[in-house]
Amino acid sequence: MSRAGSADPASGAQREPSLGEALGKRRICVCVGTGGVGKTTSAAALAVGLAAEGRRVALVTIDPSRRLAGALGLSELGNEPQRLTAAQLAPAGTEIRGELWAMVLDPKRTFDELITRLAPDERTRERVFANHIYREISNAVGGSHEFTAVAKLYELDRDGSYDAIVLDTPPSHNALDFLRAPQRLMQFFDAPALRVLLAPAGFGARVVGHAAAPVLALLRRLVGVDLLAEIALFFGAVGGLIGGFRERASAVEALLHDPATTFVLVSSAEREPIRETVAFARALRDSGLQLGAVIVNRVHEPIAATADPRALAATLGEALGARLGRLVAECLADARRLAERDQLGIERLRSELRGIPETLVPQFDPGTGEVALLGAVARRMFGEAVQLP
Amino acid sequence: MNDRAIAPRLPGSAPLPQPLLFVMGKGGVGRSTTAAALAVLCARRGARTIVAELSGRGELARMFDRPPSAAASAAAGNEVEIAERLYAIQIEPQRALDEYLREQLPLRVLADLFGATRTLGFLAAATPGLPDLLSVGKIWELAQPVRKVPGAEPYDRVIVDAPASGHSLALLAAPQAFARAAQAGPIARQGREISAMLLDPARTAMLAVATPHDAAVSELLEMRSALAGELGRELDAVLVNAMPANRFASRDAVALREALAREGALGEDARAAVERALDEAGEAHDARTHVERLRNELPGTPLVELAFSHSAEFAVAELEALADQLAEVL
Repeated sequence: MSRAGSADPASGAQREPSLGEALGKRRICVCVGTGGVGKTTSAAALAVGLAAEGRRVALVTIDPSRRLAGALGLSELGNEPQRLTAAQLAPAGTEIRGELWAMVLDPKRTFDELITRLAPDERTRERVFANHIYREISNAVGGSHEFTAVAKLYELDRDGSYDAIVLDTPPSHNALDFLRAPQRLMQFFDAPALRVLLAPAGFGARVVGHAAAPVLALLRRLVGVDLLAEIALFFGAVGGLIGGFRERASAVEALLHDPATTFVLVSSAEREPIRETVAFARALRDSGLQLGAVIVNRVHEPIAATADPRALAATLGEALGARLGRLVAECLADARRLAERDQLGIERLRSELRGIPETLVPQFDPGTGEVALLGAVARRMFGEAVQLP
Repeated sequence: MNDRAIAPRLPGSAPLPQPLLFVMGKGGVGRSTTAAALAVLCARRGARTIVAELSGRGELARMFDRPPSAAASAAAGNEVEIAERLYAIQIEPQRALDEYLREQLPLRVLADLFGATRTLGFLAAATPGLPDLLSVGKIWELAQPVRKVPGAEPYDRVIVDAPASGHSLALLAAPQAFARAAQAGPIARQGREISAMLLDPARTAMLAVATPHDAAVSELLEMRSALAGELGRELDAVLVNAMPANRFASRDAVALREALAREGALGEDARAAVERALDEAGEAHDARTHVERLRNELPGTPLVELAFSHSAEFAVAELEALADQLAEVL
């Protein structure tokens, strides 16, 4: 039932490219999707497939349960990609002709590294690190994964030592959350509000004029003088890095729109994820970003219609007894309903994503090991190109 | 409100009488659906109930087949009635901020409202943690016996459809973190007040949702450790969604395997049906293993199992059926 790597029979002679072919020439694959659809596993399988084809691949995952990291032996790794050994990858059951480097993103460390890189001197750096807001809250921020993921992507791309980078992204209900992260930061630094806030009391009021003075007074009253001072310190410290941030944000923006970058949508076949994936696809297209492939996970395999349901019921009853025969028939009917539900969702996705290569991944036996699963999914994605050894 | 009449009861444990129910869990485990079913149950038992959606999806209005205008109204930050005694609201930091400002502003500075809102809006969006504080502040406001929003009626129950695990913890920790960072002033005071409610087991219940799979169970257990370690709170109940049907006893599985082993006794169709039945028996067994792991790791925490639904389209009927299942055990 997987159409990966094969022509759609309905489209006749026109052969659609396989997912592997579609992504084969890309330098950067960004996997996006809502939570709980198997995005981390899909990103890792894609990386395994690309590495199997002979490329030198960096995989950046965001895996809160660190399950994959554990399975790959990444648990004690730092914030840099580490090469996976042949032994670690052996359970994948796929010959890796290239190299696979992997890391689990640590937002706090990535943020610290960014500050270190951008700070003009040690004093500025220490001021940021010592700030209450930065210390207490920055590691827990909702948006920090988004921001640091793109920061890491940019850095690895600049590094130049990888043929391909596969990026897993934080779960999101809005694809643009992730894409807007760098822009949002810049918007703030361009805001006049910040300049008001950063100016010392009294002095600020003089400089920005009469109109802003009551606003500032109001802010002090509402937010509290101490917190406002702390926030002002935070932005004052980070503000010294504005030039660096701005430069980087526009470079990241350019990188995401680069023809060498493609987005891979990951979904499951259930109704809600499909609906959100359709919305993601539209948002990506509206932003002028390239949609390279779609992966649908946990698809229930279609069950062929029973030619003669009565005969089947009779056979089951005869072989298993009336009670067990009936239960088996009920179970089959439920399984068929699930498969039909999935098929509906997939059709809906297809009509929206006309011509985008897709891979349908079935629900694998839960006993399948994590790395073996990656190999199996990679073979689904790349078809014959990924050979069993 | 009459706590006793509407309090869901769990077997062998205290009921869940708290006005604020915080529903957490990994993405894709059916957290929104479970929160909605809990809300349906509370409303059915006479409580004026609101579901606060933090993921911003307008799920509930859609589940109840409400016209798009209702979903849009909820998305605009309104408290929208979607069924009798049942309301929905989508929480968004910027709107929570506007509301906070309206409530705090003295008349004489109303002229500066626009400037202050804009300035604070930028601040709120860019200051780490501040959006979380504003969101959780709004939840707190919804749960007040006397509402701060002029003319707003109080709720007996506020059910929070929280974001995915990691972000939920950040959300719960935000008031405390700001109270510490600010030390004095209104935010510090309000932060302490909000935090006191969230961390009070008598006023806020922490519920975690999982599916009977390794990843979901592991993440739930990790979240529970973080909740205990960082905030000193334990889970009040665990809900396991999408439990596969338990149609086949172990002796049935043996009979099915024997039938498969008999050469030629079954046709192709019947073989496939029996194989599928064995798969289901295997899934049910695995699910039981994961539930047992939860029970062992969380002794004393009530655990509720909810059956998997095979229906093609999620409809109100499904939600009502889920509420029925909850009613039996809560």
